[in-house]
Amino acid sequence: MIRRYTYKTALLYSALVVSALFFLAPIYVMLVASFKPLNEVRETSIIAFPQNWTIEPWLKAWSSACSSLDCMGIKPFFLATFEIAIPAMILAIFIGAMNGYVMAKWRAKWADVLFGLLLIGSFVPLQLFLIPLAVTLRELNIYGTTTGLILIHTIYGIPLTTMLFRNFYITLPNELVQAAVMDGAGFFKIFFSVILPLSPAIFIVAVILVFSGIYNDFLFALTFGDTSKRPIMAAVQNIVSSSYGIKEHNMNIAAVVIAALPTLLLFLVAGKFFVRGLMQGAVKG
Amino acid sequence: MLNSRNKVKAALVLIPTVIVVFYFIWGFAVYTAFLSFTKSRFLPNHEIIGFDNYILLFANDRWWVAYSNMFIFGALYIGGCIILGALLAVLLDRLTKGETLFRTIFLYPMSLSLVVTGLAWQWILNPTSGIQQIVRTAGWDEFNFNWVASSDFAIYTIVFAALWNGTGLIMILFLAGIKSIDDEIWKAARIDQIPVWRIYFNIILPQLRTVLLTAVMLLGFQVVRSFDVVVALTNGGPGYASDVPARYVFEYFFQRSKIGQGAAAAVMMVMTMILIVLPYLYYEIRRKEI
Repeated sequence: MIRRYTYKTALLYSALVVSALFFLAPIYVMLVASFKPLNEVRETSIIAFPQNWTIEPWLKAWSSACSSLDCMGIKPFFLATFEIAIPAMILAIFIGAMNGYVMAKWRAKWADVLFGLLLIGSFVPLQLFLIPLAVTLRELNIYGTTTGLILIHTIYGIPLTTMLFRNFYITLPNELVQAAVMDGAGFFKIFFSVILPLSPAIFIVAVILVFSGIYNDFLFALTFGDTSKRPIMAAVQNIVSSSYGIKEHNMNIAAVVIAALPTLLLFLVAGKFFVRGLMQGAVKG
Repeated sequence: MLNSRNKVKAALVLIPTVIVVFYFIWGFAVYTAFLSFTKSRFLPNHEIIGFDNYILLFANDRWWVAYSNMFIFGALYIGGCIILGALLAVLLDRLTKGETLFRTIFLYPMSLSLVVTGLAWQWILNPTSGIQQIVRTAGWDEFNFNWVASSDFAIYTIVFAALWNGTGLIMILFLAGIKSIDDEIWKAARIDQIPVWRIYFNIILPQLRTVLLTAVMLLGFQVVRSFDVVVALTNGGPGYASDVPARYVFEYFFQRSKIGQGAAAAVMMVMTMILIVLPYLYYEIRRKEI
């Protein structure tokens, strides 16, 4: 009996370890390559551990890697992405929270219809928005600017944030709002002093999902990013695929790792919320 | 509890969203559909030419390569994610120790962008640096693994990369489903001395039809939209062998200045999504009737 048990346990763990190796392999080969000097990257296997550790690829990737235009490293693109992601995230979350409050607690028929249209609309492939967006941004004179991308990410972030907050606020008892109305609290007072204090968990979920969504965006970044200040994913793809000069694989890979770090760290620190948010999005959406 | 002053305030709050829904989402989608019937090339042009763009699209070999790639990729990706995800969920459910560690390992790729995913796999699959090189140095000199640069196999490398990124979420969905199943079933099955693996595959997993359906829908939408991973890994190449509709649309919009035909291709993407949703709607409606 005991033998059978241990043999099965061994089988279970080996299956899991093999799967874990598959999932860990890409991050492992990238990390080791990013710490090797260029000749070692060329001559040793990608799974080999670095013999002469160096952080030069990281420094070069950060401050002097070349894209198709010039050699400023990924630093300006990295910072530009935060300049876009943070304001857009705050706006989308603020609007989504207010929407959620109205839709869940001040129920009106037409608001339900609006929510339905918003929800179905969130499945429309983004490709359908590209040409009209280009036209609109040109008319507003913000094509290829940070403002333009903030506007885009705010607009297309609203379906997700509205859904998150509405579905969360629906679970709060209506008596809370009724009691506050009795006490004479107004519409905004109720939101800020009754509803908002109950929302930190859903705010964390929203921050994580919306931030990583914007940070990881590629399509809008590629289409509407200005070449000298394009968001990180478009920039890093451009650096790696740029065929100018000798391919410095170690530096390119360091650039990819740097680009991956913010959302990876966010996941490692707050994975619980990440999962909760995605599950809500997956199941309810 | 709605007095008229609050009604006005509620309506005011929703104004930005009304604009977003009717202008930036539905308005834009309808406008692009309209462009697919026009003579638009480098710039939008409102001269209507009927179905000409669709006729050109359907006569284009490139389009059919891209469109059928979507189904090859979709079948393998959806099938792979569900089989691997369900299997990993069962394995994790069996664990007494280390569940959090393994779950984190299977899930972390999800936090990475598909661009990072594509570029990482490009490094592993690259014949001069990656797997081919490892096996050759290990002694098997004639070993060939050059799928990324092969017009027959490049599309499969995209499946690898996407599976690596997407399996974790499906695993988590199944794991939550498995854990929500009533313990009584376990007790009953134990008493009947049914082997553990049969309990999972004959009793537990068949009960998770809703999870399965959710997973298929979610992955199906991802497949139709997939753009980032293809651009980062193969950029549709070699030639256009691993192209997909989302990339085709992008290229016809911005690189070939054929907005009309790109819009027609985008409309075909939406049509495909509707085809994915229909079985789900059918299921939902039938479930409500019962």
